[in-house]
Amino acid sequence: MITLWFCLVVLCWVLFFVLEGFDFGVGLLAPVLGRDDHERGAIVRTVGPFWDGNEVWLVAAIGVTFAAFPQWYAALLSALYLPMAAILLMLAIRGVALEFRGKGDGLRWRRRCDLALAASSGATVILWGAVLGILTHGLALGAGGQVTGTGLARSLGPLATWPALAGAALALFAALLLGSAFLALRTTGPVHTRAHRWTVRLAATGTLVLAVAGFASASRLLLAAAVLLLGVTLIARYGRETLTFAGAAIGVAGAVVAVFTRHGDVVLRSTLDPAWSLTMTGAAATGSALKLITVVGAVVLPGVLVYQAFSYWVFRKRVASERVPS
Amino acid sequence: MDVLDLTRLQFAVVTIYHYFFVPLSISLAVTAAGLQLTWMRTGTAKYRDLTKFVGKLLIVTFAVGVVTGLVQEFQFGMGWSNFATFYGDVFGPTLAIEGMLAFFLEATFLALWYFGWDRLPRKVHAATIVIVAAGTLLSAFIILAANSFMQHPVGYSLDPRTGRAHLDDFGALLLNKVNLAAFPHTIAGALMVGGSLLLAIGVWRMKATAETGFRTLARLGAWLTVAGGAFTAITGDHLGKVMTEVQPMKMAAAEALYSTTTGAPFSAFALGKLDGSEPYFTVDIPHLLSILAAGDPDATVQGINDLQTQYTQLYGPGSYIPMIPVAFWAFRLMIGIGMIAMLVAAYYLWSTRKGREPKRWYDRQLIRLLPLIPLLPTAANSIGWIFTETARQPWIAFGISKVADGISPGLTSGEVIASLAGFALIYGIVAVVWFRLIRHLSRQPLAPPAEQPATTDSADRDLAPTY
Ligand code: HDD
Ligand code: HEM
Ligand code: HEM
Repeated sequence: MITLWFCLVVLCWVLFFVLEGFDFGVGLLAPVLGRDDHERGAIVRTVGPFWDGNEVWLVAAIGVTFAAFPQWYAALLSALYLPMAAILLMLAIRGVALEFRGKGDGLRWRRRCDLALAASSGATVILWGAVLGILTHGLALGAGGQVTGTGLARSLGPLATWPALAGAALALFAALLLGSAFLALRTTGPVHTRAHRWTVRLAATGTLVLAVAGFASASRLLLAAAVLLLGVTLIARYGRETLTFAGAAIGVAGAVVAVFTRHGDVVLRSTLDPAWSLTMTGAAATGSALKLITVVGAVVLPGVLVYQAFSYWVFRKRVASERVPS
Repeated sequence: MDVLDLTRLQFAVVTIYHYFFVPLSISLAVTAAGLQLTWMRTGTAKYRDLTKFVGKLLIVTFAVGVVTGLVQEFQFGMGWSNFATFYGDVFGPTLAIEGMLAFFLEATFLALWYFGWDRLPRKVHAATIVIVAAGTLLSAFIILAANSFMQHPVGYSLDPRTGRAHLDDFGALLLNKVNLAAFPHTIAGALMVGGSLLLAIGVWRMKATAETGFRTLARLGAWLTVAGGAFTAITGDHLGKVMTEVQPMKMAAAEALYSTTTGAPFSAFALGKLDGSEPYFTVDIPHLLSILAAGDPDATVQGINDLQTQYTQLYGPGSYIPMIPVAFWAFRLMIGIGMIAMLVAAYYLWSTRKGREPKRWYDRQLIRLLPLIPLLPTAANSIGWIFTETARQPWIAFGISKVADGISPGLTSGEVIASLAGFALIYGIVAVVWFRLIRHLSRQPLAPPAEQPATTDSADRDLAPTY
């Protein structure tokens, strides 16, 4: 049962990172791929009906983590107090910029929203990437299952480590790739052309970097990722947009799964003493709580997937970025 | 202020801010659903236009509700990790279920509704907004169950070994009698906020345009405010009785009633210090407190001093008395401000009955001030929560755990000040932008221009509904 819940927690996080990943990428790319207000409007509209539903996967992920593994939730969030606060603030700016852009009036207003959107999307991605990086490495967990230390050293220190920086860089790359693949899939006109070109170039560059890094560190994981990206590059080159997006999404999903399962049944590794690490069973809620959310989850989540898919189907039409001559 | 007080302050600021927008989301979603159903039944174009108008206000408000709600979801881990560890079994599932059951519904179907005007069949489209409205009510019910657990813990047992709470009965948690009383009261309060906003916008716009829809909007808003007001009074009375039962200290504090009294009066007003250090002057309504607390004019109401003695025997030494002046005044302000809003809205309805125009000078002054009316129920709501939460002190979960034991170990004042400053800054900007957008959206005409001119590169040509 506990393993099942661990899988569900990971599933929610995967869905969040994949679905919001492309939202973040689209936000980042709006000022880059959209040359004028009209094109940027088209770009933002590709995610208009979806971003909120996607963001609820974060609510679900954090809620399910809390429900199934309260200790994990408590230790992770209190340890990363300031980074989490920063993420929440950036997410607030992003959501508001996305939703308010089309409602206000005037070019200057929309321009400001676009900038706020791109900056906050970028910052969010970098911070989440760093948090994932930190998860691979662990935190200074003490014997009581809570992180030791106080103040800035505790809550900002982990950000300035190599795993965090690598995570941030990878996340930024992944979001850009997902975003441009999504835009290529969802638009027509000049934005589509540019997004297509960006996807190919991003994927090719990524393949190269990952391959070099993979050979240098003899990491099979990185090499596998490079192979996948090579495939994505080729598919993208031949304009198979759905497949390209799917390939990028699989890559991101795989990376998130790799992060969460890296230490086997240890959900949060202690860097001080392996014996103090939080394990799945150690952090789990009791049987009755798990049973309750299992029942609710089994009934509700498939329904959620169905109606979210329905929403993607309703808004399946591409968004035109070209101007229609009047 | 030490780190505990700062963390409490941060929780209060961020939650109250979330609660500026939540009542609006709830009431606007319900109103939009009602308007759309009315349009389907009557076929009158005015109702369709009003639905779309309210829909725009809703979507802008909802976005702020969403991003501030997200913060709430993380706060228990960030600032209150001990609380989250010890009560995670009870609290975690509640939050998780709220997300899975309610938030997905709201977020997905609101987008389907807003962007789907000409993409979905009419009946399916109407169903989407009904689902959104139901979703907002559902999420309010579930989160209030979490709050009710803190007011009156039920459905759990304590593990004697680890000291952690175990969830025993989720049904009991949801059907907590505090929740059953607080939910209708909260919804009634929410209707007042949404109603008064519509009233304000309607009156404000009637000055500038002759569109009849705005008169309908104003009167609809006024009706909602009056109905919500009456309903808050009825449900609040019941909630007070439940509270007297489960947290007698809170209600004694609300009256600054130090000694146990039979046939206790309710003071409408008081002068002097209420902290018990000296006698104070009050204007009393005889027997009313006994009626409020127990429904019997001669009932005995327990006083603060007796309860304090009782609690030290029960829970060990310490002060179990909340801040009396805050409780006393918050309780009166909530009731007073809310009732003023209701009376004003009722007077507006009366003075504009059967198509009348308010002409007398005091009517015109009232009309000038009416656009400010949403501030009243909003204040009543925030103050009501301040009463509820501060008068629960020193408990985080009544009778089982104190606030001071809930905070994250290792948290420092510096961190909390930094995050609080960040929230204050960003939230402040968001509030200003939200207000300006609402004003901007309210200025648009209700009925769409007959023929959309061929503005081919208008930003929202493609997906946005053709308002
Ligand atoms: C427009 C808003 C509004 C208005 C007019 C009223 N209330 Fe209220 N009240 C609230 C908005 C509110 C609230 C903000 O929604 C609270 C906070 C917690 C809750 O459940 O509802 C609340 C709490 C609250 C509580 C404390 C519950 C607790 O501690 O859990 C009591 C006893 C009352 N109310 C009683 C009343 C009475 C007797 C009213 C008489 C007219 C009244 N309220 C009007
Ligand atoms: C429904 C879910 C809610 C939960 C689970 C909840 C939980 C909490 C917690 C954990 C604290 C910190 C501990 C404490 O100081 O007692 C707190 C404090 C507080 N909350 Fe709530 N709260 C909820 C709703 C609200 C709402 C909607 C408001 C206001 C609009 C509010 C206003 C406050 C205030 C003012 C405090 C500070 C009280 C003090 O420290 O004296 N709460 N709440
Ligand atoms: C402190 C506890 C609270 C938490 C953890 C919390 C969490 C959240 C979250 C995550 C959202 C965004 C949902 C989305 O993405 O669609 C949200 C919105 C909402 N919350 Fe809260 N909330 C709290 C307090 C409250 C209270 C006290 C109420 C009502 C009585 C409430 C009612 C709502 C409603 C109706 C929405 C949807 C409408 C909107 O977004 O404005 N919440 N909340």
